[in-house]
Amino acid sequence: MSETTAHDAVDFAPPAEVGEMELYHAKTWIGKYVWSQDAKVIAIQYGITAIAIGLVALVLSVIMRLQLGFPNTFSFIDPSNYIQFVTMHGMIMVVYLLTALFLGGFGNYLIPLMVGARDMVFPYLNMISYWVYLAAVLILVASFFVPGGATGAGWTLYPPQAITEGTPGSDGGIILMLLSLGVFIIGFTMGGLNYVVTVLQARTRGMSLMRMPLTVWGIFVATILALLAFPALLVSAIMMLLDKLIGTSFFMPAMVSLGEQTAYDGGSPILFQHLFWFFGHPEVYIVALPAFGIVSDLLSTHARKAIFGYRMMVWAIVAIGGLSFIVWAHHMYVSGMNPYFGFFFATTTLIIAVPTALKVYNWVLTLWRGNIRLNVPMLFAIGFVFTFINGGLTGLFLGNVTVDLPLSDTYFVIAHFHMVMAVSPVLVIFGAIYHWYPKITGRMYDDGLAKVHFWLTFLGTYAIYYPMHYLGLEGIPRRYFAYGDTAFMSESSQDLNAAITIAAIVVALAQLFFIYNMIVSYFRGKKADPNPWEATTLEWQTADNPPKHGNFGPELPAVYRWAYDFGVPGAADDYIPQNVPPKDVKKA
Amino acid sequence: MSESVQLQPGLKGLVADWSSDQRAFKGVPWGKAMMWIFLLSDTFVFSCFLVAYMSVRMTTMVEWPNPSEVFALEAFGTPVPLLLIAIMTFILITSSGTMAMAVKFGYEKNRNVTFWLLIITALLGASFVGMQAFEWTKLIQEGVRPWSNPMGAPQFGAAFFMITGFHGTHVTFGVIFLIIIAIKVRRGDFDHERPGFMTGRKGRYEMVETMGLYWHFVDLVWVFIFAFFYLW
Ligand code: HEM
Ligand SMILES: [Cu+2]
Repeated sequence: MSETTAHDAVDFAPPAEVGEMELYHAKTWIGKYVWSQDAKVIAIQYGITAIAIGLVALVLSVIMRLQLGFPNTFSFIDPSNYIQFVTMHGMIMVVYLLTALFLGGFGNYLIPLMVGARDMVFPYLNMISYWVYLAAVLILVASFFVPGGATGAGWTLYPPQAITEGTPGSDGGIILMLLSLGVFIIGFTMGGLNYVVTVLQARTRGMSLMRMPLTVWGIFVATILALLAFPALLVSAIMMLLDKLIGTSFFMPAMVSLGEQTAYDGGSPILFQHLFWFFGHPEVYIVALPAFGIVSDLLSTHARKAIFGYRMMVWAIVAIGGLSFIVWAHHMYVSGMNPYFGFFFATTTLIIAVPTALKVYNWVLTLWRGNIRLNVPMLFAIGFVFTFINGGLTGLFLGNVTVDLPLSDTYFVIAHFHMVMAVSPVLVIFGAIYHWYPKITGRMYDDGLAKVHFWLTFLGTYAIYYPMHYLGLEGIPRRYFAYGDTAFMSESSQDLNAAITIAAIVVALAQLFFIYNMIVSYFRGKKADPNPWEATTLEWQTADNPPKHGNFGPELPAVYRWAYDFGVPGAADDYIPQNVPPKDVKKA
Repeated sequence: MSESVQLQPGLKGLVADWSSDQRAFKGVPWGKAMMWIFLLSDTFVFSCFLVAYMSVRMTTMVEWPNPSEVFALEAFGTPVPLLLIAIMTFILITSSGTMAMAVKFGYEKNRNVTFWLLIITALLGASFVGMQAFEWTKLIQEGVRPWSNPMGAPQFGAAFFMITGFHGTHVTFGVIFLIIIAIKVRRGDFDHERPGFMTGRKGRYEMVETMGLYWHFVDLVWVFIFAFFYLW
């Protein structure tokens, strides 16, 4: 190692192991921007589609809040609608917004650029992946318009009620929902295989796995989780479709519905719950791990300081990924499963808190004595750390069987998971979009608007979710259309609900600042510097800004150091990009 | 670390080796790596199916039919248990053999032999699917349906049709791709690195091996289905 650098930096990059990849250069506008095989364009297609459908889910949540805050006021919301909106809101947010945006959006944009590849390894498959995803979204949207409307089974789709008469949308709605999920999984698999193989096999010279930015690590491990977790959802969707369409009894026990004995007999509803949560819990980490990775890079870059404990961070991501497959039944403490299971799953759940807490400490230690620049991405990143700690702590409560039993299905749960897997990842998404906006568009966003957006969103979400913890402790149940006069509810809880609703409306409206900023800055923003944040990773060192098809100039960059050389003693600048060998570093 | 590739002993060296430069799996082409990872994902699909089958077999309140009787075939006047399925299994495993040989001759750039081995593999696969269709017909004629079963638990029909159907679909796709690859071999696409019709990628003999991975996987899955459905 040379004297100027703190971490592994060498003057040598091994020779290329494989030849340059063949790229298909489209000639027509449609080939370049519609049927595009360029991962960056596909990323933007994914991103815009995901955000568009996410806005639908946001509107649904506002409608739900209107009903809860001001019951008996809005005649267009009836109890069936309400539960349909709950279901579609949850499913869209988790699968069609967050999963698609982190993996399809950021994965596609950042993986090839950050590991120094020209594109994903199989661009054609990558293109198909997006169109299949779009089909899944369209099927989902169609389910609002079939007779009976969208499914109202709750995003967990538990049988028997999901496909039984009497549940809203138990005809067309649930069928289209299951179909859409199946299509989504097929499309995702095509993309996911690409992301994994690109990381494993297509890195540039010198880019060992242990030199990759944590963003790539997070997306990489999350993709592996998704490839192994989605199968359980696919299988349960197929089996439920069979139960619904041709009358098999996989999940359906013998039962009486609307006064009549159904034809079902001998199936196991608990089986569905196990399959669903075998997917569902890793899913939480599918959206959390990319957020972890991205936030690590945002914190490090804007604090001008190496990430604290890089290797530990990598191992924590891997460990969390592995453990996430053996905690699923903590969602089923009240399902009637064997109590010994609860004991086992509570233990594993608490174990997973260890690597998670480790990451939080490392983020805080990265900020410690850093040269913090409070740019907008940094605001969001710090907001994430706060929010994630909050949500994580309530998770410890819910992970313990005896504490969970009374809190299960109350607003405490709603508050917990919105903090930990809704607001936290969304804050990272905003931070990441602001951070890479100058790279993606070549222009700068409006700083003032972005700050307004941040403060309204950040404070607003606390105004929404903090009070929900109290509601939950009082025992107020989730998925209820109206509460009426109930003895255990204090009178003031209705005032709290009204306040929450007002906050939710403010937060929803605040997103207009974001959308306006994104669109207007694209046309009128001031030209951005190729590396406005003085970051070290490869995507900021491209020849063109924004990068062209093929990402880099005629020659691929070679990597000589890890991604976190900030404030290296003896160097002139406070950062050294990954593609600068020690011998070329300007001395102070 | 310097130009030398000397690894430290122990865990550190292991990690350095795995995370090493450019490629985690040295000498493994992209398509092959992708197929392996896809198969890993597909393994989870089939595992979920089999676990679900075992689970409903335990929860259903009705007697499970005896596989030796249900899957028996009349031969020379006596019912022979598992006759058809033994033949099917034998055929599928044989096809794995011809597939492996196709890979070998492919790398030797022996176009003609590779082509015929691929075609034989495809024919064996197709006959497997044909026999499966025969078995389905037989069961349906005996009154077994996904939602009902005169011989016992309705879940028997449900799980059987679902899982063998899903596997049969895999075999069918395999047969289609075997034929496509065979045609490519015949035309000499892999010798001339002719770009693919849709993907525009240069053809290489590796594709035969990648195809082979899929085919062996489908075989292996069958062995598990066989064990869990017919022998349990
Ligand atoms: C301003 C933003 C949001 C608001 C105001 C909001 C509000 C709500 C409300 C009122 C409910 C239903 C409560 C009930 O009656 O049970 C709910 C459920 C849910 N939300 Fe959100 N939410 C927001 C953002 C998100 C995000 C970003 C996610 C992504 C993970 C998310 C995931 C869910 C899930 C999974 C459910 C459960 C659905 C179910 O019970 O089936 N939400 N949300
Ligand atoms: Cu969980």
